[in-house]
Amino acid sequence: MQTYKAPLRDMRFVLHELHGGAPNLPAELTDSILDAAAKLATDVLAPLNMSGDVAGCRLENGVVRTPAGFREAYAIFRDGGWTASSCDPRFGGQGLPESLGKLVEEMICSANLSFGMYPGLSFGAYRAIAQHGSAALQDRYLAKLVDGTWAGTMCLTEPQCGTDLGLLRTRAVPQPDGSHRITGNKIFISAGEHDLTENIIHLVLARLPDAPAGIKGISLFLVPKFLPDADGSPGVRNGMVCTAIEHKMGIRASATCQLSFDAATGFLVGMPHKGMTAMFTMMNSARLAVGIQGLGIAEASYQGAVAYARERLAGRALGGAQCPDLPADPIIVHPDVRRMLLTMRAYTEGCRALGGWVAQRIDAGDEEFAALMTPIVKALFSDLGYETASLGMQVYGGHGYIRDHGMEQYVRDARIAMIYEGTNGVQAMDLVGRKLPAHAGRLLRGFFHPVSSYIAAQAEHPQLGAMAAALGRAFGALQLATAQIAAKGMADPEEAGAAATDYLRLFGLVALGFVWLRSAEVALAKLPAADGDAGFYQAKLTTARFYMERILPQTAGLFAAIKAGKGSMMELPAAAF
Amino acid sequence: MKVLVPVKRVVDYNVKVRVRSDGTGVETAGVKMSMNPFDEIAVEEAIRLKEKGVVSEIIAVSLGVAACAETIRTALAMGADRGILVETDAELQPLAVAKLLRALAEREQPRLMILGKQAIDDDMNATGQMLAALLGWSQGTFASKITIDGDTATVTREVDGGLETVALTMPAIITTDLRLNEPRYASLPNIMKARKKPIETVRPADLGVDPAPRLKTLRVVEPPKRQAGAKVASVAELVAKLRTEAKVI
Ligand SMILES: Cc1cc2nc3c(=O)[nH]c(=O)nc-3n(C[C@H](O)[C@H](O)[C@H](O)COP(=O)(O)OP(=O)(O)OC[C@H]3O[C@@H](n4cnc5c(N)ncnc54)[C@H](O)[C@@H]3O)c2cc1C
Repeated sequence: MQTYKAPLRDMRFVLHELHGGAPNLPAELTDSILDAAAKLATDVLAPLNMSGDVAGCRLENGVVRTPAGFREAYAIFRDGGWTASSCDPRFGGQGLPESLGKLVEEMICSANLSFGMYPGLSFGAYRAIAQHGSAALQDRYLAKLVDGTWAGTMCLTEPQCGTDLGLLRTRAVPQPDGSHRITGNKIFISAGEHDLTENIIHLVLARLPDAPAGIKGISLFLVPKFLPDADGSPGVRNGMVCTAIEHKMGIRASATCQLSFDAATGFLVGMPHKGMTAMFTMMNSARLAVGIQGLGIAEASYQGAVAYARERLAGRALGGAQCPDLPADPIIVHPDVRRMLLTMRAYTEGCRALGGWVAQRIDAGDEEFAALMTPIVKALFSDLGYETASLGMQVYGGHGYIRDHGMEQYVRDARIAMIYEGTNGVQAMDLVGRKLPAHAGRLLRGFFHPVSSYIAAQAEHPQLGAMAAALGRAFGALQLATAQIAAKGMADPEEAGAAATDYLRLFGLVALGFVWLRSAEVALAKLPAADGDAGFYQAKLTTARFYMERILPQTAGLFAAIKAGKGSMMELPAAAF
Repeated sequence: MKVLVPVKRVVDYNVKVRVRSDGTGVETAGVKMSMNPFDEIAVEEAIRLKEKGVVSEIIAVSLGVAACAETIRTALAMGADRGILVETDAELQPLAVAKLLRALAEREQPRLMILGKQAIDDDMNATGQMLAALLGWSQGTFASKITIDGDTATVTREVDGGLETVALTMPAIITTDLRLNEPRYASLPNIMKARKKPIETVRPADLGVDPAPRLKTLRVVEPPKRQAGAKVASVAELVAKLRTEAKVI
């Protein structure tokens, strides 16, 4: 059995105490929203997580059936206005700021990642139309995407291409009435077909007849499953079918579809051949969302692991029995189990705090910071989500590997976040290849400046000084690594490519160190008057110390690997592998 | 028709309640608080009556510390129209609550008040009955079904032997049982809108009521811990143990 309770105390800490609240929303209101989302996640979504995983989706005559209970849960989700939560009020949305919206997303992902895919993809489609669609397309499609009557998809991937979309083949032929006929095969399309909504709005990348070759010749089209009538009801069935759904490792209740488009009617979104530009403006939001998936799974797995570690009896504490009246001590007494639990906790709370910082900067309109941090949030959170889920399984021993407790599902579900929305390798390339050099390093300074001045400010602090010093060393390694990549990578792009993944992790660990130091500072200040909350702040301080002493030193190893350069990596001829 | 629904702020039903070390009560510091689940059912019923056109206005009332305003907000987010907070830091017992509610009833003149049959913190199951007596109104407790037709409220009650149906002449007090309805989830737009609905704050003195406790709590203790179970090898052994050790047969 999985048990999940929304970590509302820590969420309020991140939102209010660490980052100063959500813009223009009083604390009582944000708390009510978090409470309501928590209730939905725990009462409606979480109970369907394991049953949905076992049942999976079924394809019957071109129709995909979601697992039992999903339709009812979606109706509650939709009627509660949650599909509209982050949408613009101009289009009927609730306009929640990111700093609140990301916490709501996290709860949905913890409770039921598969379920969250459906509204998540709709939001991507909403964004594309809201930012790049004509007024006519917006009028016709947005209201129903926002209120959840219709769902959406993002159709990029084809059998021959995922990362390299320049290889894309789907064709779009202009028609006299201004529409287009779309023909081609898409694979791996999440929510490509399902029974949750009366219509599905596909956003499809395709090539116009006069398109230049490669990535510069791709356009974006809106292709509805049913072409809406003038009154807005879903009308004639459009020319696409779901030919298969994938059988896969995790998120088994999320339908991953092969879609075959055969002269389907589509409408151009944005300018011809500018499809990738349109995609990129949404990419930030989608990639951050995938990072949050990693965080959500990490939290759920951590909760499961803690509950088990308190109950499971095995061995005696090394320092002498702690529960002599029991046949053995609970495993939470063992240093190695504590290593696992604290690592999980430090990653989870650290990612929540870092995600909160990024969200807060986005709310403040700081797009450059968002651009810099997006690949880090996507790759770091999804990597750590998977590592955390794996630790959670380890805490359960053999009982983690079998299905009953649901711990192995977290491992399987977490794994995809490292792959889709641009693999984590591609995120690392984005960081070193695009974000570092951008504007002569200006994006980078948006992170380096606040971090270095904060470390300096805490250096003499009686309680925090040691942690600040540890962070200072890691930050120094990050600066040196950055300088090396800038110097060597300019001359030889393979050097940058060879360093990318280690560099992203190094960057991410420093960023986590920064939010942990800030968390420690806040906790320390609150502790004297904390009353019933003292335990919460004390745990923050201890976890911060664990992070600085036991995790952050990994940065030294990463730095050494980066410094060694590409040599050993590129030497071996491909035939020798 | 106006309906008044009192909503109590209690320790959330998911929280494992702990007795304070000094035995004076249960620990509430840093504990998640929510609306009493029976009161949620009461609010839901009022909203359904409003949706049927029977009720025109729903007033949610909470009594206690300032934070009870949040419980009222929850009711407003579900669909209540306005709130009244009777603010006091004093410990409130059923009789005081009933007197305060009577004063509000005299002021607001509702035709119906729907209350939870009991609150999950102290399980008193008394306020509704006391209030009906103080006001001299009809009462239908433990309701699992409510129909309102003109001046008559027909209430199906869950009693020990089964179901009993009573017809009440309005104005009336109804208390809710678990099976009356399933409360809705507060929707995001309604949570936002609830911020704009008015909550009036009054104090017991404004209502001419002295809320001082009439009962004194002597001591609060945890229930005895359950002993670990044992596995028996056979039915015969089970019967023997039931006879000699448990002494129940
Ligand atoms: C469950 C699931 C759901 C999905 N949902 C969607 C969806 O809704 N819509 C959609 O369009 N797609 C979706 N995808 C597709 C997904 O986005 C792609 O699988 C992903 O982008 C990787 O592409 P690929 O599989 O073609 O791998 P490839 O591009 O073939 O990559 C293979 C490996 O090579 C590496 N690599 C490739 N190029 C480079 C490079 N230039 N430098 C360094 N390393 C490189 C990659 O990191 C990877 O490790 C989904 C996939 C899955 C499994």
